[in-house]
Amino acid sequence: MKKALLATAMAAAIALPSMAMAQDNTIKIGILVALEGAFAEGGADGVRNVELALSQANNMAGGKKIETIVAPTDTTPDTTVRQARKLIEQDGVDIIIGPLSGSEGIAMRDYAKTIPNNTVINGISGALETTWVDPADNFFRFNLDGAQWGAGLGSYVVDEKGWKRVATVAADYSFGYTNFLGFAVDFCRSGGEIVERFWVPLGSSDFGGVIAAMPEDIDAIYLGVGGTDAINFLNQYEQAGAETNLIGGTIMADQTVLTSRGRAKEALVGTPTSGALAEDNPDPAWQNYVKAYQDAFPEDERFPSPSLFGVGYYVATLAAIQALNAVDGDLSDGQNAFREALATTPLETPLGTVELNENRQASGTVYINEVVEGPGGTLVNKMVGKAENVNQTLGMSADEFRAMGLPSRDTPDCAALAQGG
Amino acid sequence: MAVIDNTDRSTAPEKASPGWFESVPTAAWALAAIMLIMPLLANDFILFQVFGWTFILGMIALSLMFLAGYGGMVSLIQMSVAALGGYMVAIFGTSGMTDISIGLPWWVFIPIAIVVATIFGTIVGALAVRTEGIYTIMITLAIASAFFYFTRQNYAIFNGYSGFNLIVPPQLFGVDWRSPMPFYYLTLVCAVLSYLLVVYVSRSPFGLALQGIRDNPRRMAALGYNVTAHRIAAYAFASAIASVGGILLVWQNAQISPGTAGIPAVIDILVIAVIGGIGRPIGPFIGALIYVLLRTFSPDVLTTFGMSGERFKLLIGLGFLALVFWSPDGVLGMWDRWKARRARRADPLTGETET
Repeated sequence: MKKALLATAMAAAIALPSMAMAQDNTIKIGILVALEGAFAEGGADGVRNVELALSQANNMAGGKKIETIVAPTDTTPDTTVRQARKLIEQDGVDIIIGPLSGSEGIAMRDYAKTIPNNTVINGISGALETTWVDPADNFFRFNLDGAQWGAGLGSYVVDEKGWKRVATVAADYSFGYTNFLGFAVDFCRSGGEIVERFWVPLGSSDFGGVIAAMPEDIDAIYLGVGGTDAINFLNQYEQAGAETNLIGGTIMADQTVLTSRGRAKEALVGTPTSGALAEDNPDPAWQNYVKAYQDAFPEDERFPSPSLFGVGYYVATLAAIQALNAVDGDLSDGQNAFREALATTPLETPLGTVELNENRQASGTVYINEVVEGPGGTLVNKMVGKAENVNQTLGMSADEFRAMGLPSRDTPDCAALAQGG
Repeated sequence: MAVIDNTDRSTAPEKASPGWFESVPTAAWALAAIMLIMPLLANDFILFQVFGWTFILGMIALSLMFLAGYGGMVSLIQMSVAALGGYMVAIFGTSGMTDISIGLPWWVFIPIAIVVATIFGTIVGALAVRTEGIYTIMITLAIASAFFYFTRQNYAIFNGYSGFNLIVPPQLFGVDWRSPMPFYYLTLVCAVLSYLLVVYVSRSPFGLALQGIRDNPRRMAALGYNVTAHRIAAYAFASAIASVGGILLVWQNAQISPGTAGIPAVIDILVIAVIGGIGRPIGPFIGALIYVLLRTFSPDVLTTFGMSGERFKLLIGLGFLALVFWSPDGVLGMWDRWKARRARRADPLTGETET
């Protein structure tokens, strides 16, 4: 029985590829998305948003029908490349939308170089290196990277809040470094000073040592950790007396943290953060999108409003549809015309207009939010400002940005930036 | 390539047992023939992704099968040993991280990788062999997770969270070993060789002594065998096989990062070995094939039946659960019972049963 099943499966697997070739009047899009592990919920929202964007276009683009195939990953680069290979070689997709997380993005940049006749549009992965170090010609990113998401926050806390001396506690991996770099560049050039940097491993539960070693004479703590790590830090910090202000990284003040129980909440009110979106953004484009999202899915099958991951996949799908329309669905000649359209046409998104630079990396708007107490004692993010046209090099020249070095525990050097700026 | 593979198959068992040609069952010849002509039947994806991955995971699970099946030691360190081998290839060979990678030629870094990973596995073995049963599992699991967290936090050697990318096999004899057909044969040859090696060692005096130790360590000690030394040697042998699997794995993925040897991956190796059956060396390869097929095609199966593709883990889990429930000794056990049942069936002429 088992053997027969196995034989059938093998026979099917071997026979499939010949049938899998795309027909002339359909275009296949592979959705490469994390559906396992820490980002599974966000990944599912990504899939929903691809469906939303396609249904708004009646599943047609450039006069052709769009078919989608979901390839689930577990956020490890190994699995991501395997799944991408399956999409290309087995399912015969034309375009891949994804991946979701940073190290997956870097792996896909390298994989993209081996499939020159296909195109990869990033989902929401935010590693700087993906489009900065040795970028691939067929890899496009319409979302901002982790460093860009930190931009605007530094000058906001210096100018509006008057916080100039800051200690930082951030996650000890690539996104932690990258997101911190965006904050630090802006902060140091505005005249701020980073007194001390603490790097904590992902999944830390005990922050007692960090809190005890925290310098006394600081204006605020920059907290670049997310999820349960942030909740643990906040609880322990509150217990230790919580004397100073907080500044949040992009993933710090998300719904998991804001809706957590316990004392963490008390420390959070008044914390500014920065990121790709503002939930109460008054821009009609955003409001219409949120409404479309809420109408498209029943309440128990979606988030109250689209997540960061969802928006990323939505924007990527919009980009694919717009470019396919521009070339009338013509993907011949190694998809050259399609890529040209992707690279040169500015894209209207719910987050404002997005344009790509020569590395096929987006420039766009970063939103500054602040945590406030909402109705019924819940905490919500309130938009307090935005930084427009944030580009990949954070307003520096490419050479200056390159000279600063790639994000790491010691980069950027705050004193050098303060002098240069 | 096919010719070389043929000679591998025909020479090795000859040493093991004279008159081997008749003793090899027809099914094995058929399997060998199918494996050799597979590139004519299957497309690149099946060759590279499904079979390449099957052989690699099969080799790593084979090293666990050797320890568990012949030595009675369930070790969860095999994936970490394999990953260390892969890391050594990245560090001593070439990769995208030019700051760390030394860029030695292949005939230097491959032996280094195997030796370093084997030493690591042997040291872990030396720590673990003094424990029994569940404690062996715990101590190896503890070291495996320590290895995972260490590689994730260490930037000087292992490049932390990002690991290494752009690691490709050397271009030997003008062949791109990462293109599907050469890679298929490369992994096939390595898998067949390690399979034959395990079969050979299991019948050697060392392997027999090891099985004796598995069944009754006290009696073997009384007979004058050094129980601890035999067990550590078993770890060393198994680690060498796992390290070759690790090298092939890093070439297939073209990259390695801490997630390669994360806890899920470590457990997967155990699952593969158990699914296939740890009684015989072919078990891990059967387990690996089932695992790879489920891993690769379960989202498609779900969407075919109109379900949401994101529940693919459920299908994998149910498949494994069903197998373990109905056949605790894996697919091999199922096969054996099926054969036994057929043998017991009444003879159609005499109406008697054979037993």
